[in-house]
Amino acid sequence: MTISRRTLLATGAALGLFTACGSITGRGGGGSGGDGPRLAQWYHQYGEAGTEQAVKRYAAAYEKADVAVQWRPGNYDEQTAAALLTDSGPDVFEVNGPSLDQIQGGQVVDLTDLFEGVRDDFNPAVLAPKTYDGRIWAVPQVVDMQLLYYRRSLLDDAGVRPPRSLDELVDAAKALTTKDVKGLFLGNDGGAGALGITPLYAAGLSCVTKDGEVGFDDPAAARALGKLRQLYADKSLLLGAPADWSDPSAFTQELTAMQWCGLWALPAVKKELGDDFGVLALPADGPGGRPALPVGAYGAAVSARSDHKKEAKDFLKWLWIDKEEYQEDFALSYGFHIPARLSLAKKADKLKEGPAADAVRFSTEYGYAEPLLWTPASRTAYQDALSRIIKSGANAESELKTVVREVRAELARVKKKS
Amino acid sequence: MRGASRARQPLGTQNRTLWFWVFVGPFALGLVLFTYVPLAWSVYLSFFDAHNTVSPTEFVGLDNYTSMLRNDAFTDSLVTFAVFSAFIVPTTFVLSLALALMVNRTRRAQAFFRSVFFLPAACSYVVAALIWKLSIFNGVRFGLANTVLGWFGAEQVAWLSTTQPPWYWLVIVTVRLWLQAGFYMILFLAGLQRISPTLYEAAAVDGARPGWQVLRHITLPQLRATSVAVTLLLVINAFQAFDEFYNLLSDSRGYPPYARPPLVYLYYTALGQGQNLGLGSAGAVLLALIIAVVTVGQARWFGLGRKED
Repeated sequence: MTISRRTLLATGAALGLFTACGSITGRGGGGSGGDGPRLAQWYHQYGEAGTEQAVKRYAAAYEKADVAVQWRPGNYDEQTAAALLTDSGPDVFEVNGPSLDQIQGGQVVDLTDLFEGVRDDFNPAVLAPKTYDGRIWAVPQVVDMQLLYYRRSLLDDAGVRPPRSLDELVDAAKALTTKDVKGLFLGNDGGAGALGITPLYAAGLSCVTKDGEVGFDDPAAARALGKLRQLYADKSLLLGAPADWSDPSAFTQELTAMQWCGLWALPAVKKELGDDFGVLALPADGPGGRPALPVGAYGAAVSARSDHKKEAKDFLKWLWIDKEEYQEDFALSYGFHIPARLSLAKKADKLKEGPAADAVRFSTEYGYAEPLLWTPASRTAYQDALSRIIKSGANAESELKTVVREVRAELARVKKKS
Repeated sequence: MRGASRARQPLGTQNRTLWFWVFVGPFALGLVLFTYVPLAWSVYLSFFDAHNTVSPTEFVGLDNYTSMLRNDAFTDSLVTFAVFSAFIVPTTFVLSLALALMVNRTRRAQAFFRSVFFLPAACSYVVAALIWKLSIFNGVRFGLANTVLGWFGAEQVAWLSTTQPPWYWLVIVTVRLWLQAGFYMILFLAGLQRISPTLYEAAAVDGARPGWQVLRHITLPQLRATSVAVTLLLVINAFQAFDEFYNLLSDSRGYPPYARPPLVYLYYTALGQGQNLGLGSAGAVLLALIIAVVTVGQARWFGLGRKED
């Protein structure tokens, strides 16, 4: 049989159309092979080696559903936000939230019933931002926190003690700055993104009060933020590092004597520097201030668009509530995090000594969690103002006045929906 | 008679309409599905409160448009665009024209030089931006630019992190210049090769001096149509700037308020964690209108489409 050019062309076009139309569901291959429906589970890409294999191992051990793990590099939060608008998104997914708009928009499933009998065992600091109107919308996986690392030997050489106030931090960073080593690294943007609202808490304020009002309409806020400007103006800050604040490279490569980073970096820092480092919260500012550091948690949530919501909830309960050995493994065997369950955190040997023990203590004494009412619009308005204060020397008081107005409007918007 | 006339039609023209749709149909369908429907949907969304949804129910009229126009961040992004195009349009124009003139005159290894200057156009904006950010213009002592400054005893510069002076413009403009000058060089080369050599011979006979005089009175007027097209393309491309800005300046916690062009701003409003698709759509419609007005105005000013062109 001879095949004419037209037949070939038509067959090719038809095949192409079938290929294009088939299986664009986001629930592709690689499932665990368990019985029951197929569930798509999404994670953001972790930097720590072994994490991907671990979560795939957990999924493969689940027998009541065929769980396909998707390990997603890139802008994960934006990817999930877009995927939740469609039917091709995940069934179970890791979320840095969920945000208030996601909850109010009915994009995630209420998980309150999963917490029966174990609610008190979850760290309240990270459970609170997952709770809205008394209902819980995600299961906290691990507790993460950010803190200030300092190099003991460099501080000793410069005759500087670990800073106990923002003023001391400004002075220490200046004293530690030399031709080749900067005093402090708060991120390539000078701290607007990484520190964010932490200086407000260090000044004894908050971003949004418990009553849902603006928490920084106070002169103490401008005073604290002005000190970040001072760090920048003194040229004490490392700027333009190839790896940003979340990576400890600048600290371990001696580009800076102190760095704001995450607890996740502790094993890497310990491996490079041994015991030649310590950790701190952001020091207090002013008479009403107290040291502060942010704690938070990626949570596991169920998409409201899933065709298998019940099965997804069952899987999520099995993984993040029942299987304690997996939770411990996930928190401590790869990167370095505090288990979200208080009972697991208490018995974790790795958290009982040295800087890790200090970090755990700081997290309970000084940790704050970003409230749900601090929406992305408020965060952007505040960070933009902070960037202008730090880098352009904009007047802190007038910048904050504008932000207070914008945050009030945003709070009114979300309250109207509740 | 009609039947006889149909029978005499040559094979192949009988189903001309069918074959037209076989070949054009899939592309037309793609255009409608992936361009016109989203465009219309975006206009629809712009009149609704659409947080985290593309099927909104709360009609807000022109509220999204008024709040977008009152938003300093949006107007600042238009200023950023204006500054960026003021830098990039003339520099790319002059550099690509100069390269084209140089390559056109080169007698040896012409193909080699054309390839060398054109090759950056094949490089991804993302890759180039990351090379600029991480290797050449990082702010530490081992960055290439800072190493060179160090030879002269100058201080290290945090290229992308300082606003006074705004060194970030140097980084942004040079990466785009490197990436796109070769492409526009090719357009100018095509224009140069269309100029009849007899014009240059006649000018020589009339005593015109080679160099500036010939360039001004023969080459540039003959390149008018190409120059207009290049300028229009450069301005539209400047409006669409996203990749290099985003990859040079964003970090895991966001994007600084300076050097935020309109597309980056709209990305963070509509597709970032903000997910305010109504407001973002209003911004996209406004931006599309601005681009259309600027392009039409520019085309009329240059006289594009008039008979003599």
